[in-house]
Amino acid sequence: MEAAHRSPGFRRWFNRRGWIKITIATPYVWLSLFFLLPFVIVIAMSFATRTPTAPPFSFGGDYPVMNTNHYARLIHDDLYVRAYLNSIGNATLATLMCLLIGYPMALGLTRVSRSWRNVLLMLVILPFWTSFLLRVYAWMGLMGTNSWFNKLLTGAYNWVMPADMALRYIPMMNTGFAVVLVTVYSYLPFMILPLYANLEKLDLSLNEAAMDLGSRPFQVFRDVTLPLSLPGIIAGSLLVFIPASGELIIPSLVGSSSRPMIGRVISDEFASARDWPMASAVAVALLLLLVGPLMAYTYFEGKSLEKKKAEGES
Amino acid sequence: MPEPATTADAKIAQFPRAVAPAIKETPFIRIEGVTKRFGAFTAVSSVSLEIRKGEIFSLLGGSGCGKTTLLRMLAGFEDPTEGRIFIDGQDMTDLPPYERPVNMMFQSYALFPHMTVEKNVAYGLKHMDMTPSQRSDRVREMLALVQLSDFSHRKPHQISGGQRQRVALARALAKQPKLLLLDEPLAALDKKLREATQFELMDIQDKTGTTFIVVTHDQEEAMTLSSRLAVMDKGRIMQTGTATEVYEYPNSKLVAGFIGSINFFDATVRATQGDTAEVEVPELGGMVEARAIPGLTPGQPITLAIRPEKLTISRGKPATANAFPGKVRDLAYFGKDSLYRIQMPSGRVMSVNSVNARRVGENERVADWEDAVWLSFEPAAAILLKD
Repeated sequence: MEAAHRSPGFRRWFNRRGWIKITIATPYVWLSLFFLLPFVIVIAMSFATRTPTAPPFSFGGDYPVMNTNHYARLIHDDLYVRAYLNSIGNATLATLMCLLIGYPMALGLTRVSRSWRNVLLMLVILPFWTSFLLRVYAWMGLMGTNSWFNKLLTGAYNWVMPADMALRYIPMMNTGFAVVLVTVYSYLPFMILPLYANLEKLDLSLNEAAMDLGSRPFQVFRDVTLPLSLPGIIAGSLLVFIPASGELIIPSLVGSSSRPMIGRVISDEFASARDWPMASAVAVALLLLLVGPLMAYTYFEGKSLEKKKAEGES
Repeated sequence: MPEPATTADAKIAQFPRAVAPAIKETPFIRIEGVTKRFGAFTAVSSVSLEIRKGEIFSLLGGSGCGKTTLLRMLAGFEDPTEGRIFIDGQDMTDLPPYERPVNMMFQSYALFPHMTVEKNVAYGLKHMDMTPSQRSDRVREMLALVQLSDFSHRKPHQISGGQRQRVALARALAKQPKLLLLDEPLAALDKKLREATQFELMDIQDKTGTTFIVVTHDQEEAMTLSSRLAVMDKGRIMQTGTATEVYEYPNSKLVAGFIGSINFFDATVRATQGDTAEVEVPELGGMVEARAIPGLTPGQPITLAIRPEKLTISRGKPATANAFPGKVRDLAYFGKDSLYRIQMPSGRVMSVNSVNARRVGENERVADWEDAVWLSFEPAAAILLKD
C-alpha cells in the first residue's frame, strides 16, 4: 500500500494492465513452483544413482552423464510391466463402471425438480465429508467374511446356485474385485459431477425437436444426448482414470498382495527399498504413459477443430 | 448454371399447390374443448378451434396467454387435461410426438449443433420408408426451397441467424407434415430480415400447401402472415377471424386494445335508429353518432373506441356529425405519418395518427404545437364495445 503511494507509476501500471497480468500469472507461477519444478527434480532423480547416503542418491562424479539403468529395468523386470498392466486394467474397468453407474445418475439429476436436485447433488458430494480412509475401512468391514453384507450375498448366491456349489462365504477381500468395487465407490462423484455439469447445459428443446422429427426416447438419447455429452464423458473418465491408475491406498488395503499395482510399487521403492531413483523412474514412466496419449489426443483434436473451422469459414 | 435450379423448381412444384381462395371449407384441424391445467394454474381453458387445410393460422397473445401451451399440445409435448385434438379426421390426443404427422419449428430453432445443415434436415427422414437416394433428393430439394444449397456442409454455429431459421424451417418441412407448427418463427431476427422472411414464409407455405399454425406475440406479424388469427388471453380465445375482422370489428375492449392502438371512452347509449346509435361521451363533450351493434338499450353504459388513424384533424369546423374541438399537446413526426396528441376541453388527451400524404415543410403542416384544431370521424369508424 505504502509502496503504491510512493510510486504512482506502479499504481497506474497496476490499474491499467497490471492487475490482469498478475491474475494471469498467478496460476502459472503456482504450477511452475509446485508442479513443474518438483517434476523436473523427479526426472533428474530418475537419472541419478542410488547411494547409501542421505538423501539416498547422487549424480556420481561424472555428472551430467545420465544413468539410464532404471528405465532399462522398467522394461526388463516384468514386475513393473505387470504392475502397469494391472493398474491400467483396474483403472479402465473402474472408469467404465463409474460411467455406467454415473451417467444415469447424472442424467437423472438434470431431470428432477430443482429442490430435489439440490438434495440429490448434496448426497453425491456428502461422502467427501467423511475421511477417505474411513470409507475404505468401512468397505473392508462390509466385505469381510463375517459381515452381514457378505452373509446376505452368500445367502442370495446359495439360493440361486445348485446345492453342491454352496459357499460358506464369498471371498471378496484381497481380490481384484474388491479393488475395483472400492475404486468405483470412491471415484463415482468425480464421474457424476462433470457429467452433470455438461448434461445440465444441454438444451431440452433439442430432445423435443428429435422427438418431433420421429425419434423414440431411446433414439433421442442415442442421437442427441449421448453425442452432445461426449465432453462430459471425457472429462469424467479422465478424472476417474488418472487418479485410479496411480491409486495406492485402495489396492494396499483391500487388494491382493500377489497382484502388484503401480502406486504400491512406487511407494515401496521410495519407502521400503529406499531406491529413490528407481521410484522416480517408475513415476515418470507412469506419467508419460497417462499424459502422453492425452496430450496427443488434445493436440490432434485441436488441429482437426481448427481445420474444420477453416473449412467452414472459407 | 441454370440446370440444378430448374430441377429443384420442378421438384418443388410436385407439392400440392394451395391457392388462397380455394381453401377447402372442411375443418382439417379440430380442437374440441381443450383445457390444460398445471396444478392449480389453468394455462389453456376450454379452447375450441377449427382450422382449414392450407391455412396460415396465427395464435396471437401476450406472454402467458396459453398460446405456446396450445401449440405444444398440438405437437404432443403436453397432454390436454380435457378435450380432444383431431388432425385430418384422426384423433391425435393420445399419440406421442413421434407418431404425429405434425412437425414443429422451435423458437430457439433447436438445431442439432453436432450435425451439419444437411444432416439436420435429413434427421427426420431416417424414420421414413424411403430409399437413401430418395432421402438425399428430399434434403437437396428442401435446401433449395430455403435457398441454402451452398451451406449443406456447415454446422449450425457457422451460419447466420437468418440462415439457421431457414434450416429449422427446412428440417420441419422435410417430412412433409400435414401440419407445421411455428413457435415465434421470426422473433429472433432483426426488423429488416423479419419483414423479408415473412413473405418468404408465405411463399414457402404457398409452394408446399402445408397447413401452418403460428404462435406469435407480434400483432403485425400475425396480421401479415395469417389467413386467420385467434387472439388469446388468460388461456381463452377472445376472437377468431381474418386480420381485417379482428382489427376493424373487435368484439371486446381487450382485442381492440391488443391489436393496434386505440382511444377508449366511457359512454352512455341515448338512442338507436336503424344502424346508427347516439351515445353520449362526456370526455368528448357531446353526443357521438356510431355504428350500432345489436342489443343496445337507451341508458346503457358502453365503451366507445376509435382508432387513431380514423380521426381527421382540420383547422376549421368540418361539416360532419362527429366533430370536436381540441388543442395540439404533442406531435411526433415519423416520416410517413405523424402522431398527434390532442387535448380535449375535458382534459382528455387523444392519439391521432395522420398520414403525411403531401410533401410539405415544417411550417405548412396541418397543425403545430398549441394550435386549436377540430377532430372529426365518421360514424362507421366509432366502435361500440359492451365489455
